[in-house]
Amino acid sequence: MTEFLSVGGPMIEFDDVTISFDRGPVLKNVSFQVALGETRILLGPTGSGKSVLMKLVNGLLKPDSGQIRVFGRLVSEMDERDLLVMRSHVGMVFQESALFDSLSVEDNVGYRLEEEHLDPREIRERVLEVLRFVDLEDAIDKFPDKLSGGMRRRVSIARAIIGRPELLLYDSPTGGLDPITSSTIIELVVKQRDVSHATCLLITHRLQDAFTLATNRYNLRANHMEPMPNHEVDAGTKFLVLQDGRVIFDGSTLELTHSSDPWLLGYIE
Amino acid sequence: MRFLSPDAYAKSIVASVQDYSLMCARAVANIFTRPRYTADIFTQMDSIGVGSLPIVVLTGFFTGCVLALQSAVSLKEFGAVNMTGGLVTMAMIKELGPVLTGLMVSGRNTSGMASEIGSMKVTEQLDAMRALGTDPLRKLVTPRLVAAVFMLFFLTIISDACGIGGGAFVAVTMLRLNAEQFFHTGYMSLAHGDIVEGLVKPLFSGFIIATIGCYYGLRTSGGTRGVGQSTTQAVVSSSVLIILVDFLVTQLMIGIFGR
Repeated sequence: MTEFLSVGGPMIEFDDVTISFDRGPVLKNVSFQVALGETRILLGPTGSGKSVLMKLVNGLLKPDSGQIRVFGRLVSEMDERDLLVMRSHVGMVFQESALFDSLSVEDNVGYRLEEEHLDPREIRERVLEVLRFVDLEDAIDKFPDKLSGGMRRRVSIARAIIGRPELLLYDSPTGGLDPITSSTIIELVVKQRDVSHATCLLITHRLQDAFTLATNRYNLRANHMEPMPNHEVDAGTKFLVLQDGRVIFDGSTLELTHSSDPWLLGYIE
Repeated sequence: MRFLSPDAYAKSIVASVQDYSLMCARAVANIFTRPRYTADIFTQMDSIGVGSLPIVVLTGFFTGCVLALQSAVSLKEFGAVNMTGGLVTMAMIKELGPVLTGLMVSGRNTSGMASEIGSMKVTEQLDAMRALGTDPLRKLVTPRLVAAVFMLFFLTIISDACGIGGGAFVAVTMLRLNAEQFFHTGYMSLAHGDIVEGLVKPLFSGFIIATIGCYYGLRTSGGTRGVGQSTTQAVVSSSVLIILVDFLVTQLMIGIFGR
């Protein structure tokens, strides 16, 4: 990993990125940086280009113009072979989980390791380890169609973190879930953030989830999430707000809550 | 419904042909480089080959039966009913065996491939596969291509055998012909070029079935409705292409073998 990451540079860097589809531009001249170890929360209305931005980070889409650097490398100009190597350092949780429905939970979670031809016993151990992390050890033999929405997201998180990635991408991990299940998922994200200290990019439509991430930490001894002491906010958690494909806010939690932008204030409230 | 201008329509067709050609080239190139998904090839061989066996056997058998009945009526007018074996054998091996097997397997498997891969596409499973470091072309298309080409070859031989068997059954039980004579005239009617022609055609059919099924699956969009459309388009395109390529290969073989 160390040789993959350019030392000292940002983990993710967008420079004047634009991408269009049949119906017109989705992202317009987007520029921002995400530092190593930072948690960046992407906010914005539906259709503002958040999911497209996340797919650009992972090289699943190519921009029409501009440059994207991940781990200091120019993703926008990599071929598919280099992208596959780069993606082995990235974990991604998809909007609708995107579990392989013909594979069991064990095979879904262990998919990446099987592709790397690891010893089956080691794969089994690591699958159990991450399933324990997401509290789904009992579901190891089940198939995705037998899981609830929340369980599917947790399996998806387990599949994303099994490779111990340095960069984690969460595309609406709480989308379509009830509030209690959403809280469980966000607690998992906080736990993963505070245990692995991986850089993280997270899309959410629920402001409550975003502020929970910014104001809470995971207590490993007590094994639960708790508010930061003295109403502090996590300095490593920042926000990026998109509207109609443009970045309209890029900054910290406090800067966001103290913004005077009328649209932003309306969105937050 | 959105209508395209003629030039936009022409461009979309050229772009589709280009995408299809690139996909085929990459799928074939993947055969010669690692990683190879051997287990997936055997799974697909089971699905395409063993799974299609009943439909191929039944189609081949009853086609042979009908062919014997129909040809006997015409041959009777020329007093050549005893040539039924030759006609059935020649028709099955050169034309009907390869084409009908291709069409039957296409109907069963092209639709299956398009719908399976299409469903994976619309539920982001293909993106998930790429995000997990796997090339979907290598994992999904190449094994299906290898399995389809390999199994179509043997399915066609089985279909030919069943067709000739069906023809012989009708000839003996309904036309009161001699079985030995049926098979003898059949054997004598065949030349080396006929066998080659009959065995080359399924290689093309297998290629078309796998690549068209996968291509339409990979370009699916628009949710479950899109999966349905892709499946239908895949079967139609595959069936038309199989018959078109059959015509071209037949022309080529006549050019090479003179019959």
